[in-house]
Amino acid sequence: MLDDIDRRLLRHLQSEPELPRTDLADRVGITPATCWRRIERLQETGVIKARQAVINWRALGFEVEVSLRITLDKTQPRAFDDFLAAAREVSEVYEIQTFLGRVDVRLNILARDMAHYQTLYRDKILGLPHIADIQALMLVANVKSTPGLPL
Amino acid sequence: MIEIDAIDRQIMGALVQDARLSASALGRRLDLSQPATWRRIKRLQDAGVITGQRLVLDAEKLGFGVTVFLGVKLAAKGRVGLEAFERAVSAIPEVQTVQHVLGLYDYRLRVVARDLSDFERVLRRRIMTLPGVGDVEANVLLSEEVRTGPL
Repeated sequence: MLDDIDRRLLRHLQSEPELPRTDLADRVGITPATCWRRIERLQETGVIKARQAVINWRALGFEVEVSLRITLDKTQPRAFDDFLAAAREVSEVYEIQTFLGRVDVRLNILARDMAHYQTLYRDKILGLPHIADIQALMLVANVKSTPGLPL
Repeated sequence: MIEIDAIDRQIMGALVQDARLSASALGRRLDLSQPATWRRIKRLQDAGVITGQRLVLDAEKLGFGVTVFLGVKLAAKGRVGLEAFERAVSAIPEVQTVQHVLGLYDYRLRVVARDLSDFERVLRRRIMTLPGVGDVEANVLLSEEVRTGPL
């Protein structure tokens, strides 16, 4: 079970993942050895799932980010499986989410510019199986982007 | 804009999965020396392509069983309206991300909650009372996968 120290640890680690262990231990008010042991345990139990590098796609020339909200033709029994398998093959798709609600699946895609997006949309997205409807939302700005949990 | 080659792509692909990989472990995998790998990572960081790390936590194990995406349309627009809304919505701890989008909605929010009744509380007391909020659509997240993107 998690206690208050674990929560405090995760809160700091979440906001500053690269904080050295000794500084982290200081802030939480525990010894570096205890800090290390606790982090190990949080990783072993899967509370900390991963530590990922964050990529700035703009720096690589991907200026356009679009979220496609897709409704599938659910009269097709394999609609979800077929659609998801095909969507995974499109390299510009960097996030796939499934939902309960008016939208079935959302694909977040990256494109270099609007011309690239248009080609991508026509050649790769519209060809995906069992699509009943698509709505596109284009990202203007990330106002808040802390994927952290309110611990 | 920085030029990247196939090896850089492999390095980024590996670090997106696990940012804790050391330059020597990564080098062994790609058949590069430790200093050469380190120089490549450093170059990607200096160019602003790799901007940092992100801690991925298991929301469910931490007691957050529900993630909901909200599409929000503002009732009253104009500059002041947008700024007041953005400030207020960003201050809600359960709101993880706020994106300004173009399309059917004005904003897209990612909200975490302990369960559906907790979500209802957040929606009613925090979101619906935001300045200028109009039409809101909710979709409950069922599954999510992050791909490596166009690497």
